[in-house]
Amino acid sequence: MSEVLVLVEHVEGQVKKVTLELLTLARKLGAPSAVWAGPGYSAEAKAKLAEYGAEKIYVADSADIADYVVAPKAELLAQLVSTASPAAVLVAATAEAKEIAGRLAIKIDSGVLTDAVGIGEDLVADQSIFGGGVNVRSRVTKGTPIIAVRPNATPVEAAAGAGAEEQVSVAVSDTAKTAKVVDRVKEEKGARPELTEAAIVVSGGRGVGSAENFSIIEKLADSLGAAVGASRAATDAGWYPHQFQVGQTGKTVSPQLYIAAGISGAIQHRAGMQTAKTIVAINKDPEAPIFELADYGVVGDLNQVVPQLTDEIAKRK
Amino acid sequence: MNIVVCVKQVPDTATERKLRSDDKTLDRDAADGVVNELDEYAVEEALRLKEAHGGEVTVLTMGPDKASDTIRKALAMGADKAVHLVDDALHGSDALGTSHALAQTLKKIGFDLVVLGSESTDARTGVLAAMLAERLNVPQLTFANKVEVNGSAIAIQRVTDYGYDKVEASLPAVVSVVEKINEPRYPSFKGIMAAKKKPVEKLGVADAEIDAAQVGLASSWSEVTDFAAAPPRAAGTIVKDEGDGGAKAADFLASKKFI
Ligand SMILES: Cc1cc2nc3c(=O)[nH]c(=O)nc-3n(C[C@H](O)[C@H](O)[C@H](O)COP(=O)(O)OP(=O)(O)OC[C@H]3O[C@@H](n4cnc5c(N)ncnc54)[C@H](O)[C@@H]3O)c2cc1C
Ligand SMILES: Cc1cc2nc3c(=O)[nH]c(=O)nc-3n(C[C@H](O)[C@H](O)[C@H](O)COP(=O)(O)OP(=O)(O)OC[C@H]3O[C@@H](n4cnc5c(N)ncnc54)[C@H](O)[C@@H]3O)c2cc1C
Repeated sequence: MSEVLVLVEHVEGQVKKVTLELLTLARKLGAPSAVWAGPGYSAEAKAKLAEYGAEKIYVADSADIADYVVAPKAELLAQLVSTASPAAVLVAATAEAKEIAGRLAIKIDSGVLTDAVGIGEDLVADQSIFGGGVNVRSRVTKGTPIIAVRPNATPVEAAAGAGAEEQVSVAVSDTAKTAKVVDRVKEEKGARPELTEAAIVVSGGRGVGSAENFSIIEKLADSLGAAVGASRAATDAGWYPHQFQVGQTGKTVSPQLYIAAGISGAIQHRAGMQTAKTIVAINKDPEAPIFELADYGVVGDLNQVVPQLTDEIAKRK
Repeated sequence: MNIVVCVKQVPDTATERKLRSDDKTLDRDAADGVVNELDEYAVEEALRLKEAHGGEVTVLTMGPDKASDTIRKALAMGADKAVHLVDDALHGSDALGTSHALAQTLKKIGFDLVVLGSESTDARTGVLAAMLAERLNVPQLTFANKVEVNGSAIAIQRVTDYGYDKVEASLPAVVSVVEKINEPRYPSFKGIMAAKKKPVEKLGVADAEIDAAQVGLASSWSEVTDFAAAPPRAAGTIVKDEGDGGAKAADFLASKKFI
């Protein structure tokens, strides 16, 4: 059975959930081989990847790989494609992994599909385009298919794989070392789940009114074990940090539940949350476009509705 | 500094966007064409860099005849001239084909800095800037919320999941921008009038030394096999808060097993 390369997403040594989704998907398509790029690999990571089906784990954990923008990771994958001749390469549809996929596509002369929400055994990908208005099936017709899959779009199931580890040495070329990362600036994240990975997201918009008042959004999120998101109006106003922006130019999220409070539902916001399974909206304007998407909507003042909802959730636990 | 801004014409997101039933490509006639939103930020950043460091801003657009409206808008904002890559042979190009066509054109016209949006609103692949850096063999400085040029040195802040990375390189380079970077100017009346006289050079596949075997629908590396309108979302339940809106929302969440 051919290998299927899965580029591992990791943060501080932890494997992200989307990687487990990709491994689960890869098992249908061949023998999953996880590819670890950059520092932070550990026995714990290895165990996790094997638990979800990695037959092989390629480890390229030299610092060079992460110290330059995107290009070294594309070189690593290109090298593995030439040695392993995989049936496909899967990456998460995150901003950076899509860029890696794009450069890889040129290096190995293969087609790339972005933002897949599913992949069939025949390697035909499902994509949801135009803000969820049209469902497309597409496939790569030349080379080794490279597919970027949206986080939270496909299920996770454990099924042990051999997890055979293979160290890979990559000599990162000089041309891949032209854009150097000289500093990484971490902004406050807190203990909440990561936005793109969370099963539940609670977002606040301009209607929240102030940075201080975002605490009512955070309390609701904490009562549900959810991540907090924000509209652009809220991040531009400085009420919530930029990396929590949901939308076309922020994060794309596909949680099980998305709660939007004080968000009108502009097309650019919808582009980032339209594929949520269940949508709840709280807005004082009955004409707000967000209600067109909502499975459940409350027309009212979020300052009343949100704290009451938080209390009710606490009571019913 | 010779700055080229890549500007894409996209269907207005406020209108209904469709694929064509015949060749399954974007139906560009069905909706009004507008400048891809993020490309206005790219034009603005190019203009600011020119204002600070001198030089010239050239708009580069690949698209059908009607994309000339988009080019005029970018010129009205203040860009100096434009190159319009227009040829029926380009229709249906995928990301690999588009990046080949744009890279060839960029080699032909020359550049110190190429500025793009980080994503289009129609195809949303977000790969073009990375692909251009790969094809042109220059540094990739993408997802920038800040750009600084100092002589031949260039530094950006690259937006990441955790905050941002500071990235350094030297020119020539490819930059893509996010919307936090600036606030695009509106074209002034004077700008709109001046744009009418600014030079727009039209190039075809042969003029730009584009390999015809790498562009167009038939040469694409991927294909749409079929498509259908998504089933409409079932209409939701909307209630008015009568002092019990939070409790009712909790009932709904409980019925869906979220609590
Ligand atoms: C290039 C570009 C990229 C963009 N990218 C994004 C993006 O990634 N994400 C994004 O979100 N936006 C994005 N936008 C902006 C988008 O167009 C909207 O401006 C933005 O989403 C509006 O945010 P909002 O819904 O919070 O604010 P508004 O549209 O002002 O809506 C506020 C809502 O709150 C309601 N409200 C007010 N007070 C209360 C109250 N007390 N109780 C209940 N409801 C209340 C109001 O009725 C209103 O519906 C982008 C725009 C551009 C041009
Ligand atoms: C709904 C849809 C889905 C698609 N999915 C795929 C896919 O999965 N894989 C694939 O290979 N192709 C795909 N395509 C084809 C894709 O539209 C073209 O390859 C396109 O030219 C580049 O993709 P983009 O707009 O997503 O670029 P992005 O990388 O999202 O755009 C970034 C920037 O590139 C610049 N740019 C992009 N196009 C042009 C242009 N024509 N002229 C000047 N500057 C430009 C702009 O500055 C823009 O802001 C898809 C097309 C559609 C309509």
